[in-house]
Amino acid sequence: MEKVLLKDIDRPETASVSGYEASGGYQALRKAFELEPKAIIEEVKKSGLRGRGGAGFPTGMKWDFASRDPKFPKYLLCNADEGEPGTFKDRPILEKNPHLLIEGMIISAYALQTERGYIYLRGEYPHAREVLEKAISEAYEAGYLGEDILGKGFRFDLSVHQGAGAYICGEETALIESIEGRRGQPRIKPPFPVNVGAWGMPTVVNNVETLANIPYIVDIGGEAYAGIGSKDCPGPKLFSISCCVERPGVYELPMGTTLKEIIYEHAGGIKDGRQLKAVIPGGISTPVLTPDKIDVPMDFVSLPKVGSMLGSGAVMVFDEGVCLVKVCWRAMKFFEHESCGKCTPCREGTGWMRNILERIEDGFGREGDIELLQDVALSVSGKTFCPLGDGAANVVLSFIRNFPDEFEYHVKNKKCAVGEI
Amino acid sequence: MKSIMALMDEIKEMSRRYPDRRAALLPGLYLAQREYGWLSQEAYEVVSKALNLPPATVKGVATFYAMYKKQPMGRHLIQLCTNVACMIMGAERLVDLLKERYGLEPGGTTKDGRFSLVIMECIGACDRAPAMLVDRDFHSDLKEDNIFEILEQYK
Repeated sequence: MEKVLLKDIDRPETASVSGYEASGGYQALRKAFELEPKAIIEEVKKSGLRGRGGAGFPTGMKWDFASRDPKFPKYLLCNADEGEPGTFKDRPILEKNPHLLIEGMIISAYALQTERGYIYLRGEYPHAREVLEKAISEAYEAGYLGEDILGKGFRFDLSVHQGAGAYICGEETALIESIEGRRGQPRIKPPFPVNVGAWGMPTVVNNVETLANIPYIVDIGGEAYAGIGSKDCPGPKLFSISCCVERPGVYELPMGTTLKEIIYEHAGGIKDGRQLKAVIPGGISTPVLTPDKIDVPMDFVSLPKVGSMLGSGAVMVFDEGVCLVKVCWRAMKFFEHESCGKCTPCREGTGWMRNILERIEDGFGREGDIELLQDVALSVSGKTFCPLGDGAANVVLSFIRNFPDEFEYHVKNKKCAVGEI
Repeated sequence: MKSIMALMDEIKEMSRRYPDRRAALLPGLYLAQREYGWLSQEAYEVVSKALNLPPATVKGVATFYAMYKKQPMGRHLIQLCTNVACMIMGAERLVDLLKERYGLEPGGTTKDGRFSLVIMECIGACDRAPAMLVDRDFHSDLKEDNIFEILEQYK
C-alpha cells in the first residue's frame, strides 16, 4: 500500500510548505474548493472513514450533524492531546508533516463552513508545538489560511492551544471545557458537541489522524478510499507498537491488518527470541489479549469479537518476562492520577483498585483480594460520565480474566513467578 | 523578566485568538509561568487581572493541570516517564539512580537548585523508552550509562 499518512515523512523538507507542495501537498485543497461544501461531506460519508481517536465514530456523520445545525459560528477542533499510554501515532504527523494536518483542517473547515479552528496539542509535545506554529505561519503567508483563501472568498483562522498535562482532556467534552479555560472535566452527553460544543456552538472535534486522511479522500474520492483495508471501517491506519518487540515504532498499514502480522512481520517479532505472553491492542484502556487471539484483524469491528477494542491502535506487547500484575498496577496508578474527580465511582474506584493491586504486587495480597478487585471494577464500569472509568475497569477485569493464575500466584505466594518486572 | 504591564498586555493579546476572554486562561498561565518560573501568588494575580477573572477561578483551573508549576523549581526540570512501556524498559532503575547520584526525589529539587524531577504519565515515546523531557528537550532510549552524560550538559 502506498503511504498516505507517513508519505515522505523522513524527508526534512516535508515539514515546510514548499516541501509539502513539492510532493503534491495542497492540491486536494484546490480540488475541494471546486466542490460544494455538502459534496465534500458526502464524499467523507462515502469513504466510510471512522474517527481514529479511539471511539471510531463515522466522521461523515459527525460532520453532517454539525453542518445541519443552523447555529453559527461553528468550530473545528483538532484533538492532538495524544495521551493514551502506548500511543504515539500522531506524533510523526505533528512533528514531521504538519501541513498534512493543516490541509486536512482547511478542507474540513470549508466543508463545515467554519471560520475558526484550534489544534489542542498536549503539553508534553513542545517540539510539535514549534513545528506546528511555524507551519501555521507559513500557511498564512502562502495564502492557505486567513482571509480569502486562494482567492475563493473563504476565511479560516487556525492556532495551537497547548494543553497542560491532563489525559482526560483527550475526551472531547473535557477538551472543550479546557479550551474554554476551565478544569478539564467531561460534560454529560447529550447534548453532543456537534450541536452544543465550544462556547455553546456546533463543534466538530476530530483526531489528528482522522483529519490527516481528509486530503487523500478528496484526492481519490470516497468510493476508492472505501476499498482500502477492512470493509466496515476502511482506510490506512497508523499503529504504534511498543514494549517487547524488535522494531517498535509507528507503522502505516491498511485497516484490518492482523495483530499477528503487525507484531511478527512489521515489528520484527518478540525481542531477543522470547515468548509472547500478552498484548494490549489499542492503548492501555483496551482489554488485554492472550497470544491465541492475535490472528484478529485490527479494526473497529473485529477486535470486539475477541473481547477487546481498536482504541488508538497502540499495540503494547508483553513477553514472558513481564509481570502482568505489575503492569496492571502501573496502569491503575495512571488512571488514579488522571481521574478528573467528577464522578465518584471513578475517583474513588481507581484509588481503591490501585491500592489493592499495590499490596498484591508488594507481597501483601490477602485472600479474596482478586474478587474484591473485580467487585470494585464492576462498580466503576458503566457508571461514569466518560470512558476513563470504563478503561480502568477494563484493565483489571481483562487482566484477571485472561491471567487468573498469575494473580492467584501473587496472592498465595506473596511474590512474582517471573521476576522483578 | 518583562514588566507586569508588558506581561498583562501579552496575555490580553492572546485572548484575541478566542471568542471569549476566559479561553486565554491556559495560555495566560503558561506565559506567567514563563516569566516567573512558577505560578507564584503574583503570577496568579497578573493572570487574574489581565483576564478579569476571580483569583480563585485562576488558581482552581491551574491546580487541575499537572504541567503548571505550583512551587519554585530548579534551574532544569527533568520530566521522566515511568508509565508501562518506560517501566518495562527500566525507568524505575533510572529514578533510583537520580536519587543516588543527585539526592533527587520525585517531586523534589536538588539542594543546589540545579534539577527538579517530575514523574510523567506517558510522554508518547514508548518506542524509544525510557524517555524524558529536560526543560523543552526530548531524550529517549535512556540507559544507566547514558542518562548522566545527558544530564551533565545541564548546568
